[in-house]
Amino acid sequence: MVEVREGRLQEHPIVEFKRGKEVTIYFNGKPIKAYEGETVAAALYAAGVRVFTRSFRWHRPRGFFCAIGKCSACMMEVDGVPNVRTCKVYVRDGMQVKTQSGYPSAERDLFSTLDDVIDKVFPHGSHYTKFTTSRIARDVVVRQIRKMTGFGYPPKVVFSGKASYESLETDVLVVGGGPAGMSAAINAAKYGTKVVLADENPFLGGQLVKQTHRFFGSAKHRAGTRGIKIAKILEEEIKKLENIDVRRETKVFGIYDGEVGAVQRRNEEEVLLRIKPKKIIVATGAYERTLIFENNDLPGVYGAGGVQTLMNVYGIKPGNCGLIVGSGNVGLILTYQLFQAGVKVAAIVEALPRIGGYFVHAAKVRRLGVPIYTRHTILKALGEKCVEGAIIAKIDERWQPIPGTERQIDCDFICVAVGLSPTHELLYQAGCEMKFVPELGGLVPLRTKYNETTVEGLYVAGDVAGIEEATTAIMEGRLVGVHAAYKLGYGGDEAKEELKEALKDLEEFRAGPFGQRTLEGLKKCTMEVEK
Amino acid sequence: MTGYLERGYLEKDELPPFPSKERLLEKPVAYIECPQPIPCSPCLEACPVNAIKMDNINDPPEVDYEKCTGCMKCLRVCPGLAVFILRLREDGKGEVTLQYEFLPWPKKGDRVKLYNRKGEEVGEGVVIWSLPPERNDNTSLVRVEMDGDLIYEVRAIRPVR
Repeated sequence: MVEVREGRLQEHPIVEFKRGKEVTIYFNGKPIKAYEGETVAAALYAAGVRVFTRSFRWHRPRGFFCAIGKCSACMMEVDGVPNVRTCKVYVRDGMQVKTQSGYPSAERDLFSTLDDVIDKVFPHGSHYTKFTTSRIARDVVVRQIRKMTGFGYPPKVVFSGKASYESLETDVLVVGGGPAGMSAAINAAKYGTKVVLADENPFLGGQLVKQTHRFFGSAKHRAGTRGIKIAKILEEEIKKLENIDVRRETKVFGIYDGEVGAVQRRNEEEVLLRIKPKKIIVATGAYERTLIFENNDLPGVYGAGGVQTLMNVYGIKPGNCGLIVGSGNVGLILTYQLFQAGVKVAAIVEALPRIGGYFVHAAKVRRLGVPIYTRHTILKALGEKCVEGAIIAKIDERWQPIPGTERQIDCDFICVAVGLSPTHELLYQAGCEMKFVPELGGLVPLRTKYNETTVEGLYVAGDVAGIEEATTAIMEGRLVGVHAAYKLGYGGDEAKEELKEALKDLEEFRAGPFGQRTLEGLKKCTMEVEK
Repeated sequence: MTGYLERGYLEKDELPPFPSKERLLEKPVAYIECPQPIPCSPCLEACPVNAIKMDNINDPPEVDYEKCTGCMKCLRVCPGLAVFILRLREDGKGEVTLQYEFLPWPKKGDRVKLYNRKGEEVGEGVVIWSLPPERNDNTSLVRVEMDGDLIYEVRAIRPVR
């Protein structure tokens, strides 16, 4: 068995957890032990905190979901600043963390009774029509209602941190330091272009940092190598290229007529960046979807990736026994990874009549004794403040639960692994023409075969261009990196040849049955024009 | 044909043909349970004797048991944990070598429970050799001795407590 202390894995077959110095943070005034390098959310989870916040209207308990700053389900007040995503803030000795919704705290919230009564007293929209006769009365009431909603209080002190401004010019700006972005930066820079690579995290690698399994593909594309190692290999390549300027902890917030706004956190200082790139490559990745079922907001219902982050990056045990919803590769791989961390999996449920991911991944967990229920769905999560079980049922051809087939699964957490959606917001804001393509996971930009969008000089690569996997993300990164360099006059014939090769590699990789869906999706959003 | 995708394991009639008993007695051989077309080819690239046939990256691998030397290079790299090295011995015992990625790491002499493709316990065996995980990117290779008949179905092991 894997040894666990203070909620943290002390050993792991694949990952070596390097914990920093021990620090103390204060959660609602109570001291909590944490280690440098952990996020606040991870440290709280290890300490047994499950209720992170309360919902806006009904004051239902909420836990974290994605653990990578996309879902906003873990917002708290940190050192006096409200609405901080605790999964994106790293612990510091003496840090004051408070739950901001719920009275007296999110864990024991007196307002939680609203869940039963609020619809009778205040039906939806009634705050527009009630208390409108007297202006003074309305002001008073609105103030009280705001307090109850739980979006935190504005900071009482004036911002006292340091801020500065920097303007920079570059050939290529890459937004996102995951597999696609790293690959794009490398492939643009190797032909001599000046590259700025911006990522919101203090580390490069994106979601590769939690992929402890060996990758598929061909040896040329680093198959047989673990995702965590691929991140390191790519980072080494980046280090060797002096013309890549890596900006960590840098959030790109907007693209305005070809100029890009970003905020970089440098030591304790915030720097506003005005970047003027000739080409922009957006590789912002994706976020996890959730699924509709009763109590799907209960703490303990997590995104599969959220659990991977908690377990494989921070070495925190997510629970004792999980239920996995979705048998795609993410769900299957996660199941195996849970076993590696000494966590049991009660079952995998899959709504489709067959397993969605690779058979070999399914076989890996099946031989460990995990049942896979195809044509089944989750009906509800059980529990008051956190998951204590789940009800699953068989579904018919019309996807309706068959009465009488319900059964209870004992588990203390549920992982939703039902797919991802592209993180497309920046593209939308930049004015790219977007299209909803279900095969690619949602809203994606129209693009040329070299992944250039309708905004000239703006490329996409990786999951943001359409949900696939890290291997194709790296391949797409290469395609757009080389193309951007070539268009800027770098690389010449060599680059031109490499473009052909990059296209051919992608084509071969997608030629099998698993690539068909992607190809169908790409047909709907690839423009014929040759740029 | 794709019944295995409903179950997550291969039934007898879906398994690739096994090497002959004579071949299994002669020397170890790679047996690959990878029936689905997926874009993956490390085994092909690792094979030093061209015993694996795969026309394009999406083809399932096909092993030429006569060419295969049982060198375990494909076993080392397979990301799907789908390769098993099988061997029969003259004394009626058999050996299965498989990838193993759990703690505690099995060591020579350890007794282990044996599981089939469905995760059902089918017997007990003894570890007779293991490759330390640090020598193969944290995937240990473990060779287990068992009854000769069991090599056709044992696909997972767990330590006996």
